[in-house]
Amino acid sequence: MLNFEAYINLPIIWGFIIVTAILLYVLLDGFDLGLGILFPFAPSDECRDKMMNSIAPFWDGNETWLVMGGGGLFAAFPLAYSLILPALYIPILLMLTALIFRGVAFEFRFKSSKRNRIYWDMAFHFGSLFATFMQGMILGGIVQGIEIQNNTYHGSGFSWLSGFSFMTGLALVAGYVLLGSTWLFMKTTGQTQIWAGKTAKYILIYVIFFMGLVSIWMPFIDNEVFERWFSWPNMAYLIIMPILLMLSFYYIYRGLVKKKDKQPFMGSIALFLLGFIGLLINTWPYIVPRAVTFAEAAAAPESLSLMLVGALIVLPVILFYTGYSYYIFRGKAKGEDMYAH
Amino acid sequence: MTDIFTAFFLSRLQFAFVISFHIIFPALTIGLASWLAILEFLWLKTGHPVYKEIYQHWSKIFAVAFGMGVVSGIVMSYQFGTNWAIFSQKAGNVIGPMLAFEVLTAFFLEASFLGIMLFGWQKVGPRLHFLSTVLVAIGTIVSSFWILSVNSWMQTPTGFIAKSDGLLYPVDWMSIIFNPSFLPRFFHMLIAAYLCTAFVVAGVSAWYLLKNKYIRHAKIMFSMAMLMAATVPLLQLFVGHAHGVNTLKYQPAKLAAMEGIYDTEKGAAFNLFGIPDDKEEKLKYAISISKAASFILKGDKNATIQGLKAWPKTERPNALVPFFAFRIMVGLGLLMIFTGLWSCYLFLRKKLFQANCFHKWCILMTPSGFIALLAGWITTEVGRQPYVIYQVLKTKDAVTALSVSQVTISLITFFIVYSIIFSAGAFYIIKLIKKGPLAGDWHDAYGTHGLKELPEVSDIFPKTFKGS
Repeated sequence: MLNFEAYINLPIIWGFIIVTAILLYVLLDGFDLGLGILFPFAPSDECRDKMMNSIAPFWDGNETWLVMGGGGLFAAFPLAYSLILPALYIPILLMLTALIFRGVAFEFRFKSSKRNRIYWDMAFHFGSLFATFMQGMILGGIVQGIEIQNNTYHGSGFSWLSGFSFMTGLALVAGYVLLGSTWLFMKTTGQTQIWAGKTAKYILIYVIFFMGLVSIWMPFIDNEVFERWFSWPNMAYLIIMPILLMLSFYYIYRGLVKKKDKQPFMGSIALFLLGFIGLLINTWPYIVPRAVTFAEAAAAPESLSLMLVGALIVLPVILFYTGYSYYIFRGKAKGEDMYAH
Repeated sequence: MTDIFTAFFLSRLQFAFVISFHIIFPALTIGLASWLAILEFLWLKTGHPVYKEIYQHWSKIFAVAFGMGVVSGIVMSYQFGTNWAIFSQKAGNVIGPMLAFEVLTAFFLEASFLGIMLFGWQKVGPRLHFLSTVLVAIGTIVSSFWILSVNSWMQTPTGFIAKSDGLLYPVDWMSIIFNPSFLPRFFHMLIAAYLCTAFVVAGVSAWYLLKNKYIRHAKIMFSMAMLMAATVPLLQLFVGHAHGVNTLKYQPAKLAAMEGIYDTEKGAAFNLFGIPDDKEEKLKYAISISKAASFILKGDKNATIQGLKAWPKTERPNALVPFFAFRIMVGLGLLMIFTGLWSCYLFLRKKLFQANCFHKWCILMTPSGFIALLAGWITTEVGRQPYVIYQVLKTKDAVTALSVSQVTISLITFFIVYSIIFSAGAFYIIKLIKKGPLAGDWHDAYGTHGLKELPEVSDIFPKTFKGS
C-alpha cells in the first residue's frame, strides 16, 4: 500500500498544506467579509452595487476554502478536528449561521423588491460582521488553549469565552475591514475609491493597535512561548518580525497616499502573512496549543500519502483556475446590475 | 418523556435535519447543471436564441439553489467534528481522504466555474462559457461520486482494519472506495437527482402551458422533461431493484425492516401495506402477496428471507420508519412511471401541449422527486441503525459528549435559520418562475435572417403514427 512515511515527514507537509489552506481562506474570504462589514457605510447605492459586483463571481470559491479547512483538518488531523470543534461548539454554530445569512444575501438581494432589499443588505452586513467576529474568537479560543483529557475535550461549553478571545474577535474585524477596503481601493474608481482609501487609512490605525496588543499579550499566555520570543539568540532572529510589520504598515500607507491601486491590498496580504507566521511561532509544534502536536494528531501515514498524491496533482490545477477566474473578472468593478444579465 | 431528549438523541435529530435540508439543493443542482449544459449545447449547435433564454432563466434558479447548497454544505463539513467527534476520530483515517478528495476534485471546480457561468457572458467566448457549464456539471457528478462512496462505506465497510488503539486504518483503497454497495447506491442517487430536476422542469413548464405564457419556451422544456419522465423512472426501477438485492446480501436486517418481515420464512410474502410493531414483533393489518418478496428479491418464490427476529433486539433497526419511507419512495416512483406512460399516450395522439388535465397532474408531481429522494435516504439511514458504521461502530458510541443545552441551542438555531432561509429561497425561486424567461422578439425574424422555426416535438414523429 502507498506509504511515503519512510521518505518524508507527512505530518509537517500536511500541516503546511492545511495552514496554507486556512491562510488562503482568511485572505480570500477576508476581503469579501470585510466588504460586507463596510457595506452600510458606503456613501451611495451605486457604490454598494459596485462593492457587491466586485466580489459576486468569487464568494462561492472563497468559501470553498473554509470547507477545505474543515474537511482537510478532518482528513489530515482527525484527532485535532475532534478536539477543537466540540470545544468551540457555540462560536462555530454562530459563525456558520452568520455565514448562511450573508451567503444567501448575495442571491436574494438582487432578486428581492426594492422595498425588501434593505433586509438582505442587513443580513449581508450583520452576517459578515458576526461571522468575522466569531472567527476571531475561534482563533483566540484555540490559541489560548483547550482543556484535554484522554483525547476528549474536558472544558465547559463556554471555556472559549475570555478577554483574550474577545480581543482577537475585534482584531480580526479590523483586519478584514482593512483587506476589504484595500480590495475596494484596487477594484473601483472615482468616489468609491476615494472613500475606500479614507476608510483604509482610518482602519489601519486600529489594525496597528490590535496587532501590537496581540503581539504583547500572546507571549504572556504561556511561559514556554515567552521564552521562545525573549531569550537569546532567538530574539536576534525574531526582531525581523516587528521590523517587517512596520515596513508593511508603511507600504500600505504610502500606497494609499500615492494612489497606487494595488499596493495597499498587497501590503495587507503581507500583513496577514506576517501575523500568521507570528501565530505559528507561538504555537509550534502544537496543533491544539500545549496539548496535541501536529505529529500526534496526524492521520495514518497511508491516508496522508494517498491524499498527498491527490493534493499534488489537483491543488496546482485549482490554483490555476482560481487565478484564471480572477483574471477573467480583472479590472475595475462596474455599478450595473450583473445579476440581471 | 424527557428521558428521550438526551444530547445523543438531539444530535441525531440535528444531523437528520441539516442533512435532509442540504440534500434538496444538490439534488436539484446536479440535474440542473447537466440540463443547462445540454441547453447551451443546443444553443451553440442551432444558434436559436430560445435555448439561450431558457438557459439564462434557469441559471438564475440554479444560482439560488447552488448558493443554498453551499451554505448548508459548510455546516455539514463541521457537523462531523462538533457532534460526532468519536466517529471522526475513529473513522478519520478512512473517510477523511475521500471527503478531502471531494473538496479538491469537485467543490473548487464547481465554485470557480459557477462564477464564469453566471457572470461571464460578456467576459468569455461562447465556447469557453459552454466549457464552464460542462465543468460545473462534471463537478456535481464527481462530488456525488465521493460523498456516496463515503456513505456506502459506512453502510458496507470493507478494506480496513481496526487496531488496538481503537482507530480504523485503511488497508486497500480500491475496496474502500468501491465498497460493495457503492455502485448501485451511486447510480440510484444520480438518477434520483435527475428525476428531481425533470419533474421540477415538467411542473414549471406545465404551468406555463396551462397559463398560456412563454409557450415557445414551455414546449421545449416540457418535451425535454417528458422525454426524461418516459424513460428514466423505468431505468430507476431496475437500478433500485439492484440496490435492494444488494441490501439483502450485505445488510439483511435493513431489508427485513423495509419489508416488515419479522419471522424468517421460506417463500416470504411481499407486504403491500401493514403497520410494523416492534414490541409485539409482527406486522399488523398486513395486506400481502404471498411468496412475492422471495420471488422479487431472489428470483425463487420459495427462497428463504431472514426476518428481524434473526437478530437480537439491540442489533435491529426500527422497522416502522424504513417500512413506510420505502413505500412512499416506491409509490412515488410508480407514479412517475405512470406520468411517463401518460405522456407517451398524449404524444402519440399529438395532444401533449393541449392536455390541461395532464398539465395539472404534472404541476402536482413537481415535488415528487424530492419527496421520493428524502424517503429513500430515510429508509437507508434508519435501516442501518443501531450502527453508524455498519457492524463496526454503533451510533451511540460515536457521539460527542455535549451537554443537552448546547445541542438544544444549536438544534433550535438551525431550525429557525433554515426555516427563514428555505422560505425566502422558495419565495424567490417562485418569483423567478412567475417572471418567466426574458423572451426576445426573435420570433418576428423567422424567415428573414435565416432563423428557422424549430420543429415541434410532435411534428418530429412519423406521420404514420399520427392519432385521430
